[in-house]
Amino acid sequence: MRLTCPLCGDRDRREFYYAGTEDTLSRPGPEAAPEAWDDMLYLRTNPAGVTRDLWYHEAGCGLWLVVTRNTVTHEVLATEGVADRKGAPK
Amino acid sequence: MRYSGWKVITEGLRGNLGWTRAWRDPAPKAEYDAIIIGGGGHGLATAYYLAKNHGLTNIAVLEKGYLGGGNVGRNTTIVRANYFLPGNSEFYSHSLKLWEGLEPELNYNVMHSQRGHIILFHSDGQRDAAARRGNAIVNQGDDAELLSVPQLKEMMPYLDYAQTRFPIYGGLIQKRAGTARHDAVAWGFARAADQRGVDLIQNCEVTGIDIVDGKVTGVQTTRGPIRAKKVGMAVAGRSSQVAAMAGMRLPIESHVLQAFVTEGLKPVIDNVISYGMGHFYISQSDKGGLVFGGDIDMYASYAARGNLPMVEHVMEAGMTLMPMLARAKVLRSWGGIMDMTPDGSPIIDKTHIEGLFVDAGWNYGGFKATPASGWCMAHLMATGQSHDTARRFRLDRFRTGHVIDEEGTGSQHNLH
Repeated sequence: MRLTCPLCGDRDRREFYYAGTEDTLSRPGPEAAPEAWDDMLYLRTNPAGVTRDLWYHEAGCGLWLVVTRNTVTHEVLATEGVADRKGAPK
Repeated sequence: MRYSGWKVITEGLRGNLGWTRAWRDPAPKAEYDAIIIGGGGHGLATAYYLAKNHGLTNIAVLEKGYLGGGNVGRNTTIVRANYFLPGNSEFYSHSLKLWEGLEPELNYNVMHSQRGHIILFHSDGQRDAAARRGNAIVNQGDDAELLSVPQLKEMMPYLDYAQTRFPIYGGLIQKRAGTARHDAVAWGFARAADQRGVDLIQNCEVTGIDIVDGKVTGVQTTRGPIRAKKVGMAVAGRSSQVAAMAGMRLPIESHVLQAFVTEGLKPVIDNVISYGMGHFYISQSDKGGLVFGGDIDMYASYAARGNLPMVEHVMEAGMTLMPMLARAKVLRSWGGIMDMTPDGSPIIDKTHIEGLFVDAGWNYGGFKATPASGWCMAHLMATGQSHDTARRFRLDRFRTGHVIDEEGTGSQHNLH
């Protein structure tokens, strides 16, 4: 599997560190109930199919990426920087 | 039909014409007292112990493919009880005791071989940790023994003891640990459950779970609806998808774990060797193939096949431990889908839906748990109470903080 870093281009998967689902970018607010934290930290939708997850270009430019890919076929559909992703806080 | 050595001889003399099918192939009934989703090792064991220990025989196991076609036939067959933490320790101890009586219990040869399992250590600190783990195992009532390098060299002269990166300082052996033939375990439980009247229904995929007023009433399947007031999920590898049918999200992320086998070789590795620093473990099957594996591929996947970086890593780790491996030819590799929980420990628990039970989250260690998982899941489904050896495998333990982090790496997804 290879991932396309928006800054470095097409790179070997081994340069990247996997950090789990994109959902973890949405942290509950300070007043949120414990269930919201359980939801964010532990519970997972864990789809068999298209998913969006976080990768860190550890052995490259250090960019955090959101990768859209298929968990059944390993097909990579899109990569984008976390800060540039759709709906990112500006 | 009862299997025996005598039966093999007499059937051999009569042209092997008298063997009958190992289990029936029934059509699903409209209603059962209990349904188990998943005809793998854990589901079949659950059905067997429900029938045997609790007298529940009007039950069915629903399997979307064929019996034992999932992870129970896709693992490295290791059976051991060398756990450290309360929760795991008593559970796997219970499991190993069940393994030791399993063949006469099921009247089936599962080729259980107590050849000993060795955890290697590579520093003074790791020796202390191994000694402490050994004491915990002994306190649990199981066996563990610390081995020095000369003792190890006598048993395993082929290891590279003086390697520069991870020189071997010794090992912790559990002599009662070993291996078993994985498919035979599924077949043995299937046959024994069938003989007690359990319906094993194959090619029957569950497509929905019926819930009315917070209570389970049955399931929808590709072979029609089936009613039951109790439904147990034992579908590790697909737990998130089945739980989603009941509107639940589980603390599970699915990952691929790869394993490898070489061509058949003459006997060379007598035990199971676990090389934690290289995420590598190896044993030799009775057919002669070296069976070995490593770590998960480390990103969410349902592909049932791995990627090349981990293949390379496992081969490299194996080579640093036993250079003789270079001469062996790898015959095939495969990947299984693991239910990875944040703390690396499993779940056997009720859910918030009455009558719905979950047996999941076996990470990369479900095979050795098969008998005890079935025993405890059956106890839970029959009595509504957790079995004493599985009471810490709670579904809500991450929210409440009662995690069981055997590896000591932290209770967080993608750390195990």
